[in-house]
Amino acid sequence: MFENLSLHELQIYWWVIISLLGGLFVFIMFVQGGQTLLRELSENETEKTMLVNSLGRKWELGFTTLVLFGGALFAAFPLFYATSFGGAYWVWLAILFTFIVQAVSYEYRAKPSNIFGAKTYETFLAINGYLGTFLLGTAISTFFSGADFRLDEHNFVHWMNPTRGLEALLVWQNYLLPFAMIFLVRIIGGMYFLNNIDHEPIHAKTRAMIKRNIVYFLPFFLSFAGWVLFKEGYAYDPVTKAVFLVPMKHLMTFIELPWIGAMFLIGVVMVLIAVFNSVFRAKNCCIFTVGAGTVLAVMALLLNVGLNGTSYYPSVYDLQHSLTIENSSGSHYTLTAMSYASLMVPFVLAYIAYVWHLMDRVKITEEEITSSGEHHY
Amino acid sequence: MMDSTLVDWSRAQFALTALYHFLFVPLTLGLSFIVAIMETIYVKTVDEKWKKITRFWMTLFAINFAIGVATGLIMEFEFGTNWSNYSWFVGDIFGAPLAIEGILAFFMESAFFAVMFFGWNKVSKNFHLLSTWLVAIGSNLSALWILIANGWMQYPIGMVFNPHTVRNEMSSFWDVALSPVAVAKFLHTIGSGYVIGALFVVGISAWFILKGRDVLEAKRSMVVGASFGLLVSLFLAASGDESAYQVAQHQPVKLAAMEGLYKGEERAGIVAFGILNPDKQIGDEKAEFLGNIEIPYALSFLGYHDVNAFVPGLDDLVYGNPAHNVESAASKIMKGRIALTALSEFKEAKKAGDEAAMKAANVMLQQYMPYFGYGYLQNLSDIVPPISLTFYSFHVMVGLGMWFIVLFLVVLYLLMANDITRFRKVLWISVLSIPLGWIAAEAGWIVAEVGRQPWAIQDLLPVGMAATQIDAGNVQLSFWLFAILFTGLLIAEIKIMVRQIALGIHGGH
Repeated sequence: MFENLSLHELQIYWWVIISLLGGLFVFIMFVQGGQTLLRELSENETEKTMLVNSLGRKWELGFTTLVLFGGALFAAFPLFYATSFGGAYWVWLAILFTFIVQAVSYEYRAKPSNIFGAKTYETFLAINGYLGTFLLGTAISTFFSGADFRLDEHNFVHWMNPTRGLEALLVWQNYLLPFAMIFLVRIIGGMYFLNNIDHEPIHAKTRAMIKRNIVYFLPFFLSFAGWVLFKEGYAYDPVTKAVFLVPMKHLMTFIELPWIGAMFLIGVVMVLIAVFNSVFRAKNCCIFTVGAGTVLAVMALLLNVGLNGTSYYPSVYDLQHSLTIENSSGSHYTLTAMSYASLMVPFVLAYIAYVWHLMDRVKITEEEITSSGEHHY
Repeated sequence: MMDSTLVDWSRAQFALTALYHFLFVPLTLGLSFIVAIMETIYVKTVDEKWKKITRFWMTLFAINFAIGVATGLIMEFEFGTNWSNYSWFVGDIFGAPLAIEGILAFFMESAFFAVMFFGWNKVSKNFHLLSTWLVAIGSNLSALWILIANGWMQYPIGMVFNPHTVRNEMSSFWDVALSPVAVAKFLHTIGSGYVIGALFVVGISAWFILKGRDVLEAKRSMVVGASFGLLVSLFLAASGDESAYQVAQHQPVKLAAMEGLYKGEERAGIVAFGILNPDKQIGDEKAEFLGNIEIPYALSFLGYHDVNAFVPGLDDLVYGNPAHNVESAASKIMKGRIALTALSEFKEAKKAGDEAAMKAANVMLQQYMPYFGYGYLQNLSDIVPPISLTFYSFHVMVGLGMWFIVLFLVVLYLLMANDITRFRKVLWISVLSIPLGWIAAEAGWIVAEVGRQPWAIQDLLPVGMAATQIDAGNVQLSFWLFAILFTGLLIAEIKIMVRQIALGIHGGH
C-alpha cells in the first residue's frame, strides 16, 4: 500500500502526521496550563490537591506525546532532528529541564519524607507550565522566523551563533506565539478542570480565569497570525530546490490550499465557541470543543509551514541551507515502514479515549481527595 | 575527528543520563510484572491481604516510575542535542524504533498507568488487572524498541550507504528488528531488570520479617519474588550466554577486552577471577595478569560453541594474525581511508556532473563501506576499548549473576521447606543483596557501551565523529546541571522510598 506512494507523497503523509502530533501536543499542554493555575484557582490545600490530582492523571499523556513527537521527527525528518536539536542546544535543553522536574513532581509532592517540600514541587510544576510552554512556543516560532545555521557537505550542522538557540529571544516576533500559547493552555487547562472536577468554588474561579485569559490571549494570537500571514515566507522551487523569499507566503498557502485555511479558521472559531460556552453558558464539557479546535488550528499552522513548497525550518545564515520536507526526510523505505506503524495511531487514540472516558465519568470530588484509602498525589 | 574534550564531555553527559536511567528503569521492568502477578493472585483468590500486598508494591513502583520516565525523555533528545552528526548519519535507521516505541509502548504504559493507580474504585476488577498487565507489557515493549536501536549500533545491518545524502538508509526493517544481537540484548537486559525487581521484593520482605512486621504479607511477597527471581536469574544466565556468543561473532575486540585476552589461543579458558597487570601494553610480552584462576575451554565454547575454537586476542586484532584469518587494524584503517576518499571523489564528480566518475567512486565506496569508520582512526590501538574497566565490569556482572541464582534458590527452599523467619542470616543477606542487582546491571551496561569504544556505530562511525559540533564549555555546563538535578532527584526518591517502606504494607498509599 504505502510502498506505491512516491517519496514526496510519503513526505507529505509524514508531515501531516507530525502536524497532527503537534496539534495533539499543544492540546494536551492543558496540563502545563493547569499547572500555572494551582494557586490561582484554589482557596486551600484541599482544593489545590484536587487540582494537582486532576492533572496528575493526565500528565503522562503529554509527556508521551512529546516523546512520540521527537521520535517521529527523528525517524521521518532526521535532518531537522539533527539540525535543530543539535544546533539550538540551549533552547531544547532548557525545555527538557522543565519536563524532568515536572515528571517527578506529581508523585513526590505529597509523599512523606519529601526532602524538598511540597512547595518546591509546586514551583517545579509552575516552571514547567510557564517556562516549558514559553520555550516550546519560541522553538515553534523559529519555524516562521528562521534559525542561524549552515550544513556542511556531510549535512552536519554548524550553528552560527554561540548562544546556541537562545538568540531566538532577540527577535521580538518570537514572543508572540509563546505568550499566546501560555494563555491558550491556561484556558484549556481551566476547561479541563471544569470537566474533571466537581467542586463549585473551583468552577466559579475557573470561569473568571478563562474570561480574563481570553482577553490576554487574543492580542498575542492576532498579532502572531498577522505577522505570519503578512510576512515574507521562505518558498522553494520544486525543480531546482532553490529557496527564495515570497511576500505573504503563508497567507498565499492558506488561499492556495483552502482546506488548510478552513482548518485554521474552524479551529479558531471552535476555541472561541468553547470559551463562550464555558464563561457565559456555564458549560462544563467544552474541553472537547476547545481540544478539537486547538488540534485543528495548530495542525493547520504546521501544515502551512511545511506544505505548498515552503521551507519549514529556514536558515537565516544562508537561505539555500534551509530545511524543507523534501531535503530533510527519511528515505522512501523508512517512511514506508514507518507508515505501516502509523496505522496503529487510530487504535492508540481509541484506547486513550476509552480510558479517558472510564476514568473521568466519575468526577473528582473533595470526598475522594480527602479519603485515606486512595492513591493520591 | 573532533576536539577530544568535546567528545569526552558529550560521552560523559550521555553516560550520566544512561547510568541514572538504568537505576530506575530495571526496577520498573521487574516490579511491573511482579505487581501484575500479585494482583492476578488477588483477583483469583479474592483475598484482601493480596490486595494490600499488591497496592504496597504498586506504590513503590509509582515512586520509581516517574523518574525513569524523565530520564528516558532526556536520553531520546540527547541523540539530537549531543550527537547530531550521528543523528543524521544513521537517523534513517535509528529513528524508526524510537518512533515505534512511542506509538506502541509509551501510550500503552501512560494510558493504563492512570487506571492502575486511580482506577481501583472506578473500573471493574478484571479491567484493572488488565491495565496492570498492560503497563507491564508496555514498559517491556518500550525496552524492546530502544534495545533494538542499541543492538543495531553494536551490529549494524539492514542498511545501505547513500552517498548523495551522506547517510545510511534502511533497506530491511526486519533485519534491524530481528537482528540476533538486538534479540540477545533485549532478553538479557530485561532479564537483569526482572532480577532487580525480584531482589528488591525479596530484600524488603526480608527486612519486614526481621523487624517482625507484616510477616504474613512479607512471606507471601517473598514467595512471589523468590520464585520469579529464580526463574529469571536462570533465564538471565542463558541469555548472557547468547549475548557473549553474539559479541564473539560481531565484536571480537570487546570480547577480548572482557576477558583481558591479549594473545589469541585455541581452547581458550574463561578467567573466573583475575587481577590485570597494570603495566601490560598491547604487543608487549608482559604477563596479562598478576594472578588469575581460569576455567579451561570455557571461552572458546562460550564464544564459538566449540571447545577447540581459536579466540583472537587484542594483539591479534590490532596487529593481525594471518594464520587465523584475523585482519589487522592497519589494513582496516587503510580500507576505511579508501572509502573516505571514494566519498570525496563521488562528491567532486557530482559537482562536476561527471556520471561515470560518480559511478566508479560509488563502486569503490560500497566495496569498502564496511570499514568506513576506520578511516577516521589515527592509531592502531584506537580500536581497543578501556580494558580494565571492561574486564572488571564483566567479571563483577557474571559473579553477581551466579550469586543471585544461589540466593533465590536458598530463599525459596527455606520458604517452602522450613520456617525462613528462623534463618536471620539469610534474611540479612537478602536485605544486603538489594543493591547488588543494580551494581550488576550497571556493570553490564558498562561492558556493552564502554566495551564497544571507539565506536558509536560499530566499524562505521567513531564517537569522535558522531558528536554535535559545539563549544565544549556548553556541554560541561549542561553535564553539571544534569548531574546536580539527577542526583538531587535520586536522593529525593530514595528518601521517599525508604519512608514508604517504613510505613509498612498496611501503611498509606
